[in-house]
Amino acid sequence: MPETNGHDGTPESGAAGNGGGNGAGASKVGALVAGAKATQTKAIGELKEAIKAPEKTDVWKSILRVKHDETPRSRALGVLSNVFLHLHPAKINRDAVKYNYTWGMGGMTFYVYITLVFTGTLLMFYYHPSKVVAFRDILYLESDVPFGKLLRNMHRWGAHLMVIMVELHMFRVFLTGSYKKPREFNWVVGVLLLVLTLLLSFTGYLLPDDQLGFWAVTVGTNMARATPLLGHAGPFGPQLGMTPFNDVRFGLLGGSIVDSNALLRAYIWHCVAIPILASAFMVVHFWRVRKDGGISGPAAIMLESEIKEPKKI
Amino acid sequence: MAAVLGTLGVNFLMFLRFFFPRALYEPKTRFKIGYPTDFGFGVDTKFQNQYRIWVVRNTEGIFVISAVCTHLGCTPDWKPSENKFKCPCHGSGYDPEGINFEGPAPRPMDRAHVELDPDGQILVDLSHLYQWPKGEPSQFNDPGAILRA
Repeated sequence: MPETNGHDGTPESGAAGNGGGNGAGASKVGALVAGAKATQTKAIGELKEAIKAPEKTDVWKSILRVKHDETPRSRALGVLSNVFLHLHPAKINRDAVKYNYTWGMGGMTFYVYITLVFTGTLLMFYYHPSKVVAFRDILYLESDVPFGKLLRNMHRWGAHLMVIMVELHMFRVFLTGSYKKPREFNWVVGVLLLVLTLLLSFTGYLLPDDQLGFWAVTVGTNMARATPLLGHAGPFGPQLGMTPFNDVRFGLLGGSIVDSNALLRAYIWHCVAIPILASAFMVVHFWRVRKDGGISGPAAIMLESEIKEPKKI
Repeated sequence: MAAVLGTLGVNFLMFLRFFFPRALYEPKTRFKIGYPTDFGFGVDTKFQNQYRIWVVRNTEGIFVISAVCTHLGCTPDWKPSENKFKCPCHGSGYDPEGINFEGPAPRPMDRAHVELDPDGQILVDLSHLYQWPKGEPSQFNDPGAILRA
């Protein structure tokens, strides 16, 4: 504080001393002080302007959205320069967004997925993926945790809904022929996403560690015994040396029976690995929608007057 | 390039191997279940929860059925009123000796190795199973599959 006060008091005499040439040291100090004063005046001016119109400062513009002119270019930029929107096309055909054509199923599936990630993360705060306590935690969530029953049911019903919606989305894409050129690649990505959705559903099944989930996973992983080459009861499995202790089922369960290792593995696949994989494929899926010419729309209507006569040779 | 691919390949194999643990903490597969005189004629379910087995005595002797449905591995229920095992998962039915007669089960339920311990108790070994695959000879009369006592 005293230093600033000193600077505040001296500028005029300093400037005078500088003009008189009272020694090199004094003039240097004087120049410094004058510079500081000028900077300070400028800063105060800028601060006043920033308070008057904060939306014009660089800081504001760098953090918050800026209003663009109502031109097609800047409207497109509004989408393209936003990390969350840039996967969307800047423009789409008016007919393509009609719900009776797309059903909005892809978007709704993504919305349900976001909901599931959110509720699932909250459930993780109360759930321990280990035998004995896992089912107890479910009862605890159901009966005691504030809004725990709501969260758990949102997650469970949301999971059912996501499987239904993915299938309806696929059904719509099939009906409208949107798997055809140039969208073949995105159809394949979509099929992978369907598989990942079903795997998420299956791994989540075991987590409550109740009778339903336990036997469902027992049955599901016993099917893996019959995997060709890799299962101990599958074609050519025994010939390749597969036993219940080294086949693909063993790798899935982390043991020869559905036990604590299997529960922990289902938890990690369900909460970490598959969501990351699915998110990555979703990014590719949405990006490809744009690359392949936007949402698949109805065939363009051509008026009779627009039809040209074939050229006569 | 080859070195990079080789490193990645070896790392992937290590990643796969990681999922196959060397040591397991699973229930014992060899255990004693008491004396032959403890078991009367018919199906005894008292070890179902503990060891997932049924002890059966018929006119030939005592044998131990592994309580695993041969379809997809659920535990069937013993229905005394209907005198059969019925799997709740997909409806396979087995007679009191574990021979399948309805539903999708492909073969009778497996039987565990049994022998008499020197102290006179029945020693069961669930890691040594006797099967009767469809169209193949039965192993149920092999030595060790049934205790003729």
